[in-house]
Amino acid sequence: MITEEQVLERIRRARERRPRLRDERITLAHGAGGKATQSLIESTFLEAFRNPALERLADGAVLEADEARLVLTTDGYVVSPLFFPGGDIGDLAVNGTVNDLAVMGARPLYLSAAFILEEGFPTDDLRRIVTSMAEAAAAAGVDIVTGDTKVVGRGKADGCYITTTGVGVVRHALSVDRVEPGDAVLVSGPIAEHGVTVMLARGELDIEADLTSDTAPLHDIVAALLEAVPQTRMLRDATRGGVATVLNEIAKASGTAVVVDESAVPVRPQVGGACELLGIDPLYVACEGRFLAVVPAECAEAALDVLRSHPLGAGAARIATVQDDPPGLVLGRTAFGGTRVIDTLVGDPLPRIC
Amino acid sequence: MRFVEEYRDANRARALAEQIAALCEPGRQYKFMEVCGGHTHTIYKHGLLDHLPESVTLVHGPGCPVCVIPMGRVDDAIAIARQPDVIMTSFGDMMRVPGGSGSFLDAKAAGADIRMVYSPLDALKIARQNPDRRVVFMGIGFETTAPSTAMTVLRAAAEGVRNFSVFCNHVTILPAIKAILDSPDLRLDGFLGPGHVSTVIGCRPYGFIARDYHRPVVVSGFEPLDVLQSVHMLLTQLAQGRCEVENQYTRVVPWNGNPRALEAINRTMELRPYFEWRGLGFISHSALRLREEYAAFDAERIFQIPGVRVADPKACQCGEVLKGVLKPWECKVFGTACTPETPIGTCMVSSEGACAAYYNFGRFTRRRTEEVTRA
Repeated sequence: MITEEQVLERIRRARERRPRLRDERITLAHGAGGKATQSLIESTFLEAFRNPALERLADGAVLEADEARLVLTTDGYVVSPLFFPGGDIGDLAVNGTVNDLAVMGARPLYLSAAFILEEGFPTDDLRRIVTSMAEAAAAAGVDIVTGDTKVVGRGKADGCYITTTGVGVVRHALSVDRVEPGDAVLVSGPIAEHGVTVMLARGELDIEADLTSDTAPLHDIVAALLEAVPQTRMLRDATRGGVATVLNEIAKASGTAVVVDESAVPVRPQVGGACELLGIDPLYVACEGRFLAVVPAECAEAALDVLRSHPLGAGAARIATVQDDPPGLVLGRTAFGGTRVIDTLVGDPLPRIC
Repeated sequence: MRFVEEYRDANRARALAEQIAALCEPGRQYKFMEVCGGHTHTIYKHGLLDHLPESVTLVHGPGCPVCVIPMGRVDDAIAIARQPDVIMTSFGDMMRVPGGSGSFLDAKAAGADIRMVYSPLDALKIARQNPDRRVVFMGIGFETTAPSTAMTVLRAAAEGVRNFSVFCNHVTILPAIKAILDSPDLRLDGFLGPGHVSTVIGCRPYGFIARDYHRPVVVSGFEPLDVLQSVHMLLTQLAQGRCEVENQYTRVVPWNGNPRALEAINRTMELRPYFEWRGLGFISHSALRLREEYAAFDAERIFQIPGVRVADPKACQCGEVLKGVLKPWECKVFGTACTPETPIGTCMVSSEGACAAYYNFGRFTRRRTEEVTRA
């Protein structure tokens, strides 16, 4: 008779196998940021393009050029609706890429922007989007220095898609390799606000709540943290797939366990309420202006003080602790006093949120 | 969050856990079935088992609406979705359920227009907005969701929406419970009754379980303290030698149910002579179809459907899991061939499915939990 622990060990080994892409067609699950996305990236893109910079599969690639260490990152934005409370596709496209640079420990310098526009798209809407991009770029201290425009026939795209690419110069060497048992995991503010806001803004759910997206440039708060706490191990912005996905990436890449104190995770009541109604776990919902920081335990209080004194970090909290056992797994201590596994998201058919 | 956190309080849970432990007779094993998939989800999501003594086992029952849909019905629904001008609408849970040849998500990727809705009324709205398309709602679920489908059919009829129909797969909970009670390979000491189904049908219909099968039933809510309290109520009945139907979920469930909802079901739907349940086989009088008067809204009559029975994959032991004979991890393909990403059986698809709940949240034994949290 095989025991439960033997079965779990067998599953652990099965999960370590490289994900294969078995599907004959791309489904929405491949874009949801969970396991399906991971299998698509690893078995298709990584397989074809393999090189040391890409293999790290980080938010951006660290590149050596003469004396300088640069970070290069790129991101496509297909959010629907294009305008939502607290932002629009324009500032999202700038902030998202600025944040990917910031959490790599880089100072953002330059951005490019490529637009795919659908025939018939109102030019007033485009002007609105471009204006908010310009404002977001100014706020983040970056210039949009090059770009591209394509127009496709009506019905071939959903209004406007934007791809931004960013370059920054590395100020701090951050890496998941530096994470150690005992470290503390902090989040810079209440989670899940962007994802829930956009879901409700689509108007399909007939739920109204006083919510705005958290989209914001993180370069400044990140710079403040790294200056005050240079021992910071790593940072990651909790976008698609949410906080749970980032914690799983940390646990897997560093071979540690992350134990989350679920009652310490900051969630605004409106967000928590909407998630309850929709049957969604806020830990898996995207943020666009929040990041996770792993710091040595003895620096946790100092780091929280710095975060909380910044306007974007008022709701910062310590949410988890890194330990050595069980390696590669994220566990939640529930508010109910139990323990559960917090796994990577399996691609859910949720609407496009970034 | 008010009215939610009160039911997730760790201190109350610990106090209740102590009372539960005190009620257990030394040396005796207790096996209770939580009928509803919502309970299964709660149990794993909140780590509720950590509060129960080892002698109390919770067995996951058949009350996950997605898990009991047989593969042939998924294929039928996809065949409808592929017909010209059709917009198929479905609850999100259904999207990844595999039929004989792929799921809704696969069919959608291959060109079918399949949309996720949160309510059948949203499907009706889509029908009004697309008068040149035929909009079909994939009706699934127990008595919990059947009234909203019934109300939508009534509204479509009243408004004369001609391009809306329902592919009706609604099932009823009592025949499934009876099938489980009659199955020879199962020993249960009591039931946590399905809370949401009971808001509609009330508590009375469970009387036969106590009377004829001599098993206590406690209709239970879905917050973790609800479930824990219901376990306490079952153990109290057993300790006092009672065997009754009790209602823990009084804040939501009226003893006599919801007559208006029952009336809506009754007006629009009737029992089928028999219906296939995934893993449980054919059960007579266990599912609903639209009545003749509403034939104009019945996708089964409007569309040509293959209606081919597809045998469950050989390796799949969903039936044993649904009946509570096997724990999820005891299934031969659990977690290796059958995972939430590539489910073979339906229990692995819905977040309410016993296998998915265990895989996603519970993949950790009590011994390891103790080891790790002591560290």
